[in-house]
Amino acid sequence: MNINFTLVAQAISFSIFIWFTARFVWPPLMKAVEDRQKKIADGLAAADRGQQALLQAQGSAQEVVNGAKQQSQDLLANTQKRVDDMIEQAKVAAKAEGERQLAAARANVEQEVQQARETLRGQVAALALAGAEQILMREIDLAKHQEVLQKLGARL
Amino acid sequence: MAAQHAEHALTPTGYIQHHLTFLTKPIGDTPFWTLHLDTLVTSAVLGIVVFGFLYWVVSGATAGVPTKRQAFVELAIDFVNEQARSMFHGDIRFLAPLALTVFVWVFFMNAMDFLPVDIMALFYKHAFGLENWRSVPTSDINTTFALALTVWLLMIFFSVKAKGVGGFIHELFCAPFGSNPSLWLFNFLFNIVEYISKPLSHSLRLYGNMYAGEIIFLLLGLWAATGVAGTLFGALLSAGWAIFHILIVALQAFIFMMLTIVYIAMAHESH
Repeated sequence: MNINFTLVAQAISFSIFIWFTARFVWPPLMKAVEDRQKKIADGLAAADRGQQALLQAQGSAQEVVNGAKQQSQDLLANTQKRVDDMIEQAKVAAKAEGERQLAAARANVEQEVQQARETLRGQVAALALAGAEQILMREIDLAKHQEVLQKLGARL
Repeated sequence: MAAQHAEHALTPTGYIQHHLTFLTKPIGDTPFWTLHLDTLVTSAVLGIVVFGFLYWVVSGATAGVPTKRQAFVELAIDFVNEQARSMFHGDIRFLAPLALTVFVWVFFMNAMDFLPVDIMALFYKHAFGLENWRSVPTSDINTTFALALTVWLLMIFFSVKAKGVGGFIHELFCAPFGSNPSLWLFNFLFNIVEYISKPLSHSLRLYGNMYAGEIIFLLLGLWAATGVAGTLFGALLSAGWAIFHILIVALQAFIFMMLTIVYIAMAHESH
């Protein structure tokens, strides 16, 4: 055990190595390690955000799909309703038209019957008059019995 | 040749003494002004290689995916960092590099013990013409005291820095028993004992372990004097001791680092 100046020399080299480590070795490596930790933390946070965004997107996509579904259903229902309406209207219109035509035809027939009756009446009246004229050639004064004959004619 | 090395005659004592002789260089008149060149050069070369390696790795360090080399260095540094952080809840920007320096340097200086003593002696002799060269800087008490005293000075420095000169002196007299004036003397004596025992236990523990390890290698080497069978037996035992020594080398480096952290951390605590 001989203590000598080696001690001082060793202390000096120790101090130099401490300084070197504290100055040149430790900080850069710690910086690298801390940067990596930060990177990893950022990455994890980004992944979390991505997850969140995905969930949100899934939610909104579902919403859009639901909206579209609803819309198409509405559209379908509306269309159905309108088609039904149209069919109903068409039915009503067709019925009305049919009735109108029937009425027109009936009126026509009526008119024609009327006309035919009128004609027939005139002819019968004329025939009756002619017959009566023939029979009553002398007694009947045409001018005198005009009124009676006309009344008769109207009743036929 | 025999006459030239009369003091290292081939006796067990001579063999051991030969291996325990430093390469000294006097630089003054008194015995104190002497340098152990082997200790200084070995530790300096180890330090330059090891810290140069760390610097080389760190200067190419990336925050991205690390190379295996960088990952290994990060593992070591992270280990030291965790130890420092768990024991000291303050600014570890100086303490952690200090602990790393202590751990790495002491570890590699201890690890020189793995080199087989006789082969290395031959190597030093024939490669450099050096008769005496001790490979293990930590089995030189100057090294361990140099480390311990440097840590001790840092401890006092941080104690004063944390509490101020007044606080430091106050603590010297008023802790740990109390600030009653009748206790000042006891406090002071207690603190003196503590301040003396800290560097002593710190350095002697490492020195003792490494010195004893070296002696055991030398004693096992003595088996070679008994013939071929003895040589083989001694080699077997040496291998066993070397394997066990791996534990001691790492453990002593770890303990030295832990004590360094503890002392500096305690220096920051005020009572």
